[in-house]
Amino acid sequence: MKKELQVAALQNGTSIDHIPSDQVFKVVSLLQLDKLGNPITIGSNLTSKKMGKKGIIKIADKFFREDEINRIALVAPNVNLNIIKEYEVVDKKNVALPDTIIDIVKCNNPKCITNNEPMPTRFDVIDKEKVKLRCHYCEIRIEKEDIILK
Amino acid sequence: MLNLPAFPAKFLIFVNKNTHTKNRFMKPRSLVDIGNYGKDDILRILKSAAKFKANPNRDYLQGKVCATLFFEPSTRTRLSFETAVNRLRGRIVGFSDAATSSSSKGESLKDTIMMVSNYTDLIIMRHHLEGSARYASEISPVPIINAGDGANQHPTQTLLDLFTIYETQGTLENLTITIVGDLKYGRAVHSLIQGLAHFRPTFHFVAPEELKIPDKYKQFCDKLAIRYREFSDFSPEAINSVDILYMTRVQRERFTDLMEYEKVKNVYVLHNDMLADSKPNLKVLHPLPRVKEISQDVDDNPKAYYFQQAKNGMFTRQAVICDLLGIEVE
Ligand SMILES: [Zn+2]
Repeated sequence: MKKELQVAALQNGTSIDHIPSDQVFKVVSLLQLDKLGNPITIGSNLTSKKMGKKGIIKIADKFFREDEINRIALVAPNVNLNIIKEYEVVDKKNVALPDTIIDIVKCNNPKCITNNEPMPTRFDVIDKEKVKLRCHYCEIRIEKEDIILK
Repeated sequence: MLNLPAFPAKFLIFVNKNTHTKNRFMKPRSLVDIGNYGKDDILRILKSAAKFKANPNRDYLQGKVCATLFFEPSTRTRLSFETAVNRLRGRIVGFSDAATSSSSKGESLKDTIMMVSNYTDLIIMRHHLEGSARYASEISPVPIINAGDGANQHPTQTLLDLFTIYETQGTLENLTITIVGDLKYGRAVHSLIQGLAHFRPTFHFVAPEELKIPDKYKQFCDKLAIRYREFSDFSPEAINSVDILYMTRVQRERFTDLMEYEKVKNVYVLHNDMLADSKPNLKVLHPLPRVKEISQDVDDNPKAYYFQQAKNGMFTRQAVICDLLGIEVE
């Protein structure tokens, strides 16, 4: 029996699979895919044995740097990220939470300078396991469940 | 193999900032946070403060201009800094509250800092927003001294506290310090714990239930194997065995339950008779202003040292200013 692909195969580029369905468009924005001219296929609410529903993004002729990939660690830490060359997977990359998160998270302290001045936010990751952040400016600590993206 | 795309502007910022953090491990260029000052930095400042105490009038800042930008008013701190600059023969420009500054016209902090740094050699700033001094230090070409950023940091207060402790005890090592009052919100208290942490202290924390020392600082002490005890009443035990008694204000507005405030407001007050059995080397400190937490009858006790402590602020600030400008103090 021939299995039909849910999303067309990629000749060259990056495929990001197993994105939680509700995070697909956040991943799009964190990777700034809206600013790319490359052909991009976005699948959302696809069926997945592992996750029930999942999202998948394929970007033709685009290969990300590690720090770009790591931008999505807060919203989609467990994706499968494959580098495709001539329809073959030539490399797999893991998403890792970086030591410092620049301009992705909003500070929860209304008296923080970052909420009152046009400037990028910056957080140090003080616990990678439990995903605890500390604002580089006001020093407030933020727990995983309280993280708000900018 | 990887096909690198053009760097978007955001990533360029990322690269710059990373290089900047490396500066934190070199001799500090700005004083933003007492946590960035190591043991050697602290001792260097204290030694130089002692020289200014012996001889405060020097012409080290001749030809230099310092800015005091007080976006939030604080007369006491501003006068201390401005006197420090004056005694070094420097000139001062600035403002004493945001209403008279360009920020009242909506100018960003960045633009104010960039403008003032064009004219001056050093910027001393106080701002109600937390993290403002850190940000200013990242964009300013001249050194920044944080004279208080909201509830966050006020590092010259910590350095003057440390100088006073050093001066009265002859050392900072192995001292026992009792801290009384608002240990939950007290910025001076939190920074003092951080500053003393380099010198193997023992702390006694005396506070009402609602204003207990936050877990964050207990964990900080645990991690560095610093001994501490917590007391809920201001007992002789917390006074008689210690070298420093650091009093702070218990403010009414900090209480969610005003009944609770009424219950404790007279508990954390120091009276002269409570010092009867204290150690001969004990000194009573207070970051000032005091309200009622030290009764007037303590003032004449030679163990009361809070007014000298405030005076030490000026010498410490002279030392910090010269340190940041790379001026050797003879
Ligand atoms: Zn913040």
